[in-house]
Amino acid sequence: MKFIKFLVVGIVFGIVMAKSEALSWYRIQEMFRFQSFHMYGIIGTAVTLGVIGVALIKKFKLRDFEGNPIQFHPKEKSVARYLIGGSIFGLGWALSGACPGPMVVNIGYGYLTMAVVFLFATLGTFLYGVIKDKLPH
Amino acid sequence: MQSVIEFIQQPWSWWFSGAIISSIMFILLFFGKSFGFSANLRTICTVAGAGKKVPFFNFNWKTQIWNLVFLVGAIIGGFIANQFLSNGEAVQISQSTISDLSALGFAAPTSVQPEELFSWEAAFSVKGFLILALGGLMVGFGARYAGGCTSGHAISGISDLQIPSIIAVVGFFIGGLIMTFGILPLIF
Repeated sequence: MKFIKFLVVGIVFGIVMAKSEALSWYRIQEMFRFQSFHMYGIIGTAVTLGVIGVALIKKFKLRDFEGNPIQFHPKEKSVARYLIGGSIFGLGWALSGACPGPMVVNIGYGYLTMAVVFLFATLGTFLYGVIKDKLPH
Repeated sequence: MQSVIEFIQQPWSWWFSGAIISSIMFILLFFGKSFGFSANLRTICTVAGAGKKVPFFNFNWKTQIWNLVFLVGAIIGGFIANQFLSNGEAVQISQSTISDLSALGFAAPTSVQPEELFSWEAAFSVKGFLILALGGLMVGFGARYAGGCTSGHAISGISDLQIPSIIAVVGFFIGGLIMTFGILPLIF
């Protein structure tokens, strides 16, 4: 039962991905072609509110519902892994039109062929785990 | 009531959608978790037994059950959106995108996704299957290599003003632009 709240938040996430059309390959193409404000508006609004909210959480040292301080984990400093990894991600994002979240939302929406994309994304993560020590980080 | 239903069935505006996405991030923070969807791909590998052979997957996946539940919710959310909250209209992309894509052989949108890529017919052709498979492979590999995807870096990381996340998003666009302007014209 303690997980039911995450199910509800996940459902809201799925609905907003669908209703904002962020799950659509067409919208991702439009974004990478800089031909509409739509996707930038979505991400920009989320980030603007996010920056303000995170600053407030830190300023007032807010706690989560269990009373533990809300913590942010700084990511390790590097350029190579973010730039190379990010670029590989971007190649896949523009080709399949979906990042991991929208992939599963698409499956629920009825685009069952997106399961192929998701399966191979899982395989891609596995491949990373196998060869990670050989990659620049 | 009728007007509320009509409002919901329209595509949602960017500002409303963005505000909900940021609320999702904050709700997860108040539940003591952090918003990062691609972590699920690693967890799925671990649940499938990858941790026995590959150290990267050897972690206590039970700490990530909440995120898998979130994933199941996302699937249900997609189903609900299509069944009950959709008016069945095509995605309203800009005219310039429609003409750019038509030069690559894509018809104007009639629904959410192009038949040219996501119909069973396309997915079972050699070229179509390779597109879906390689697209997915690069997303999954790149997300873990970069330490996060759109939710972990572009939303959560940048909200925390993390330089690594900004670099990762620059990477997302380098790759996305190379694919869009360099590679897509070669394969379509």
